[in-house]
Amino acid sequence: MLLGTLIYGFVNSCLLALLAMGFNLTFGISGVANFAYGAIYIFSGFTAWIFLNSIGLPYALCVISAISLSAGLGVLIYHVVIKRVKGLALSEVMATFGLGLAIMELFRYFDFVGFKYTLPNLIEGSVAIGDVYIDYQRITVILAAIALTGFIYVFTHHTRTGLAFRAIAQDERTALTFGIDSDRTAALSMGFGSALAAVAAVVVLPLGTIAVEGGYDVLLNALAVCIVGGLGSTVGILVASVLIGYAQTLTANYLEPHWMMLVSLIAIAIVLCIKPSGIFGHQKELEERI
Amino acid sequence: MKKRKERIDRGIKVRSEDVFALTSYREMLYLLAPRALPVAGLLLFLPLSSPYWREIFISTAIYALLAISWDVLVSVGLISLGQSLFYGVGSYVAGALNHYWGLPPVLTLPIATIGGAAICTVALLPVLRLRGIYFSMVTLVLPLMMLRLVEATRIFGGTEGLTGLSPFPGQLTEMYLANACLLIALFGFRRLMDSDYGLIVRGISDNDRAVMNAGLNIHWYKTQILFLGAAVGCFAGAFGTHHDMFAGMPGFALDYSIMPIAAAIVGGTGTFAGSVLGAFILVPLSEILRALGALRIVFYGLFLVIFVVGIPEGLFHYIRRKYHQFERWVEVE
Repeated sequence: MLLGTLIYGFVNSCLLALLAMGFNLTFGISGVANFAYGAIYIFSGFTAWIFLNSIGLPYALCVISAISLSAGLGVLIYHVVIKRVKGLALSEVMATFGLGLAIMELFRYFDFVGFKYTLPNLIEGSVAIGDVYIDYQRITVILAAIALTGFIYVFTHHTRTGLAFRAIAQDERTALTFGIDSDRTAALSMGFGSALAAVAAVVVLPLGTIAVEGGYDVLLNALAVCIVGGLGSTVGILVASVLIGYAQTLTANYLEPHWMMLVSLIAIAIVLCIKPSGIFGHQKELEERI
Repeated sequence: MKKRKERIDRGIKVRSEDVFALTSYREMLYLLAPRALPVAGLLLFLPLSSPYWREIFISTAIYALLAISWDVLVSVGLISLGQSLFYGVGSYVAGALNHYWGLPPVLTLPIATIGGAAICTVALLPVLRLRGIYFSMVTLVLPLMMLRLVEATRIFGGTEGLTGLSPFPGQLTEMYLANACLLIALFGFRRLMDSDYGLIVRGISDNDRAVMNAGLNIHWYKTQILFLGAAVGCFAGAFGTHHDMFAGMPGFALDYSIMPIAAAIVGGTGTFAGSVLGAFILVPLSEILRALGALRIVFYGLFLVIFVVGIPEGLFHYIRRKYHQFERWVEVE
């Protein structure tokens, strides 16, 4: 029981980190509010499903096309919607939230509801650790989370594009004087974040079914992890994922699975009350409260 | 040769609004018509309409009240993404009072309005110091939290909700009550925002630190405005509960958050009349679109995007500009 809780808590933590990664890159690191994140996640899941089952492409090709289509959607959303209200944080939130709502409900309208909407596991089978069985898909989740976190850390600290991503959030004008095209960088960041959402979708969705409600939960979980960890901090994401992940697993085991989502929501509320920039965040502390 | 559009106030506006020297019926009509005509239209429309449209009118009034409540919070710079918190709390307070103690709507409505507003104000008090997007995120989360809380703890009937609440005595009474409260809220808040008190409130949303420098306690003002806004929202909730004869989890649903915001954005913020106009456009429209089922929410979402991006000032400001000013092309010097 204890070992099971430990292992599944770790899986849950990695899952949260994976889900939050793309949101963190766009919203946390580049400061572009992408509240259509859940919709993009669902979009890539359904795209992969359509390519696989309606067109019948090989699975690897489906995954690649889902990821690139999501990235394209992200860039498109930036150019059509966000660019026009850039700088007005709340208009960004409301416009992208409305757009996400429209995308998700469109899937519901076209009747993408039911148990047949599942993606296949990358590798079938499971392995035993002690007396706890864990399937290869969950191990893939762990590996993908670790690999992507490392990649994002190196990318945002040691490459020109990655540094530009952070620069436009810290001070857009100064970034402009250094020759960083803020529109291009922000669009790229949207594309990157959406691609990461698609990666998360392909890795995580085989564990359950693709459901429209999942999109809202993904957005909330990503928001919870980013706010608790601190916007823009990759280390913060890891710590917050572990905190929320274990808290959720413990709640699900010792109380009821119903309470799981409540953990993220309460975490958001508490952290925003006490330290709005999060545990590891130190961006814009002056602007957050008065 | 480049040209630009110049806007100039109409003479009649200057005479009747700024100088306030009314010398003719035309000038009085200029002031009175935009206020009196919609009110008269409503009062005449109500008894003549069919029961089906009366139902739609009642839900329009509920959404309009929620939109006014959103606009009240915006006027002090608090942007809420979770109006359904107010609606849900109001509906549960009224529902519980009616269901467990059998109080009639005459008592539950005022108690739910004041009590619900007090509950919401206390709940939001710890985050009142947050600015901008941080406050919005808390309000986005709170109704969802309440939803899961009710689901998980099964209080107040859990997923079933409280059913069999007492209805209003008749459709006409209900309609006139909704109408009266809507008009009182609309004109009352407009007057409040024109007073010195409103000047401070708007000052807080423009530059909170400057207001602090003037030696005013902005947190106390924010608390008061939050209480007023929450009271309007809670009244809408209590009213809707008795109208549906049901209080339950749908009260905290996304519908009651997204629709008032969409109405206020479509109509234009800051004047309350814009929010009401938006509600009177969107709610009947969504009734007409009811046949489309889930596609309705798609339309709300798209409406929100189109207006936030394309016409950020809103319809009411556009109409008001055309009414008060004339435009002409002049050469750029």
